[in-house]
Amino acid sequence: MSFIQYLINGISLGSVYALIALGYTMVYGIAKMLNFAHGDVIMVGAFTVYTLCSTLGLPPAVGILVAVVLCTCLGISIEKVAYKPLRKAASPLAVLITAIGVSYLLQNAVLLIFGADTKAFTSVVPIEPIKLADGQISISGETLVTVLVCLVIMVSLILFINKSKVGQAMLAVSEDKGAAQLMGINVNSTIAITFAIGSALAAVAGVLYCSAYPSLTPYTGSMPGIKAFVAAVFGGIGSIPGAFIGGILLGIIETFGKAYISSQLSDAIVFGVLIVVLLVKPSGLLGKNIQEKV
Amino acid sequence: MQKEKINLISKFKNANKNFKSNCITYGIILAAFLLIQILVSAGAVSNLIKGLLVPLCTYAILAVSLNLTVGILGELSLGHAGFMCVGAFAGAFFSKCMVGAIPSAIIRFPLAILIGAVCAGFFGFLIGIPVLRLKGDYLAIVTLAFGEIVKNIINCLYVGRDSKGFHFSMEDTASLGLEEGGEVIIKGAQGITGTPNDSTFTIGIVLLLITLFIVLNLIHSRDGRAIMAIRDNTIAAESVGIHITKYKLMAFSISAALAGVAGVLYAHNLSTLTALPKNFGYNQSIMILVFVVLGGIGNIRGSVISAVILTLLPELLRGLKDYRMLIYAVILIAMMLFNWSPKCRELREKYSFKQLLAKRKNKKEAA
Amino acid sequence: MALLEVQNLGISFGGLRAVDDFNLTIEKGCLYGLIGPNGAGKTTVFNLLTGVYKPNVGIIKLDGKDITGRKNIDINKAGIARTFQNIRLFKELSVLDNVKVGLHNRYHYNTLAGIFRLPKYRKVEAQMNAEAIELLKVFGLEEEKDFLASNLPYGKQRKLEIARALATNPKLLLLDEPAAGMNPNETQELMDTIRFVREKFNMTILLIEHDMKLVSGICEKLTVLNFGRVLCQGETAEVLQNPEVVKAYLGE
Repeated sequence: MSFIQYLINGISLGSVYALIALGYTMVYGIAKMLNFAHGDVIMVGAFTVYTLCSTLGLPPAVGILVAVVLCTCLGISIEKVAYKPLRKAASPLAVLITAIGVSYLLQNAVLLIFGADTKAFTSVVPIEPIKLADGQISISGETLVTVLVCLVIMVSLILFINKSKVGQAMLAVSEDKGAAQLMGINVNSTIAITFAIGSALAAVAGVLYCSAYPSLTPYTGSMPGIKAFVAAVFGGIGSIPGAFIGGILLGIIETFGKAYISSQLSDAIVFGVLIVVLLVKPSGLLGKNIQEKV
Repeated sequence: MQKEKINLISKFKNANKNFKSNCITYGIILAAFLLIQILVSAGAVSNLIKGLLVPLCTYAILAVSLNLTVGILGELSLGHAGFMCVGAFAGAFFSKCMVGAIPSAIIRFPLAILIGAVCAGFFGFLIGIPVLRLKGDYLAIVTLAFGEIVKNIINCLYVGRDSKGFHFSMEDTASLGLEEGGEVIIKGAQGITGTPNDSTFTIGIVLLLITLFIVLNLIHSRDGRAIMAIRDNTIAAESVGIHITKYKLMAFSISAALAGVAGVLYAHNLSTLTALPKNFGYNQSIMILVFVVLGGIGNIRGSVISAVILTLLPELLRGLKDYRMLIYAVILIAMMLFNWSPKCRELREKYSFKQLLAKRKNKKEAA
Repeated sequence: MALLEVQNLGISFGGLRAVDDFNLTIEKGCLYGLIGPNGAGKTTVFNLLTGVYKPNVGIIKLDGKDITGRKNIDINKAGIARTFQNIRLFKELSVLDNVKVGLHNRYHYNTLAGIFRLPKYRKVEAQMNAEAIELLKVFGLEEEKDFLASNLPYGKQRKLEIARALATNPKLLLLDEPAAGMNPNETQELMDTIRFVREKFNMTILLIEHDMKLVSGICEKLTVLNFGRVLCQGETAEVLQNPEVVKAYLGE
């Protein structure tokens, strides 16, 4: 029985990773940059809901809506101020280092405003856990909602990218920015929209993550953010179903690692997975190979 | 005859330029060292600053060694603190084991440093073989992963010693199965306690100078040129027969080994060595990166100066201490935008000092 | 014996036959041209010859030795050096150092000799400097030897790339559109330089070029490539009058 419970816990954790990874993989796939600050946008989203709902007592729906709007604006401004000027920079490291700087900036700005102590986040999911097999197995409401939200977002993203005009523009930009521009696509606004969607997803992910794991600090976003990136790489970076599968698998691996190997080594196991994946199949489970043209 | 003469002159000129620049770097450090020694003996240095002297050297060495990877090899490593961690624990482990056997710190400490460097360098080599096949973002994230793995594993590592030799465990002290009188050397999350305090400011400065000597001379040698060629254009480097993996590994291992040296210096400055996120985690790696970025990517002297300034400033300006990390973040973003944004580059070229001088000169000539 | 012998070379990318049944023989000391419309597979041939791509079929022999499928650095060591269509210099290195990187495999001292500045380092570096400057002089670049490569004007960057390739002491030099982006005067100068290089180093040269003036001016033999296949091969004057070739270039 405990095996099944671990599996469910793994899926629960994995669905959060998957949700974060969807945003990561989208931004990486289209803007071709590793947005290190993605995890911290999640944290900002969670803090917004915390302030509005736990402190001011507003209903969760309002909190979530405000968090989504705020994170979207945050994502767009980050892109505009910090990443856009470096898009044509000679060194590929430039934008990566800037992203690390933005991640740090968000963490420490929130740290100054809210302090370092851990906040208890009240879950926004009002569903009771489901008990199976005489209460030996329990599935929390958060798990159900997260998996569901994750699936809905994944399907909508796939539809959006493949069917809508903006989505097609995104694909074009991800293939070749220069050519897309020549075809009359506004590259800047397309990338801005990508960041907007990615950040909105981050807000949702933040709320659900903190509902499932209700302790909130300014550093809450950074480790799940990095692990979600691992999940995105695992599934094949740039691939939306890949992010989902990678996230779920990574959650299961981490939970099983904790349960059957060592609870202290769980991070090492997750990162070990990343290293193995990159060495054996760098393009991930569902990714494509890209070679530099000579 | 004529040809030889020209060659000699050009050789002299060329050597002269690098030589001069290197001498300035060494000179600045020696001058700072002498100044601080004079101030210390005059009693003009607070205990706070005295306590910072060895960390300053540690950070400067770390910054220089990371600059070898980031600036010279052109790959972003976010796991530099991991190599420092390996060096620190290897060195401290050796010192603690050998305190009885080699009582003299003059012999023991250099050996500890050597061992720390070799262990960290070996790890760099080992990690480098697979990792350096990756590029850019992936390499960054894998080095980050590596740093976290090292920290994680050391936090679970128990090593003890008794008359039968060494015992290892990943669980707890009891599972080591030590005999009566056995000694636990590495105690999991509690780390190593009682490392001899061998690190001094003088040793730190000597190690910094050695680090600089190795890095600066490497850059201006055949191997250094190959490393920089790979950074500038891998495909072209291959086309002239440069062995990419070999030189990437060389730069990466040397960089890791030097981080290991910094780790040993760090470990022997503390009575208790633990692998916390604060000292060996991702944040530490980023802080070293901030030093490198502020000092100028690829600018070795700049790394030393910025490591010193960024370590001293928050300590000296008490009010800034809370804002320290925020300031680091802003520095990172601002420096990258200023240095790498094509628009900023254009503006800088337009209004650069040289241009202004040239304009002035033109005006004068016209008049 | 021919310096370069290519037989039945072919490669496909995902079903597209980029190069098919390609044959080429270049005699020692020859100045050979490879021409054809855009997308005909010329650069792919270069990438195959230099080991950037591995051919699906075919044999490449250099000086009688089979080098098919070897890695690009080994092929460089075997004696083929190249330049690139889109210039690939070591931008942050000085002009002199660019050439010295080219000399890398011909002068040796170990890492420790470099770090500790042992006498071997000084001696070998002096020899490298001497040879590098000698090469720069050939291309009229000795004045700019301390410039960063990225600060050179376009035409000189092209020349520096050739100098760097020559520094590896190749038997065969491949030039990928050396005159691209040059004005007529620069092209004329480049033609003289290529001729001079051939005479001075007794070099065999294979070049890709669109500039017909340059091709007809210096190439002794030509191969015309169209849709990945050889359209025509032979003496320059004959090839250029071949109706098939005219058709490929100008249409019906």
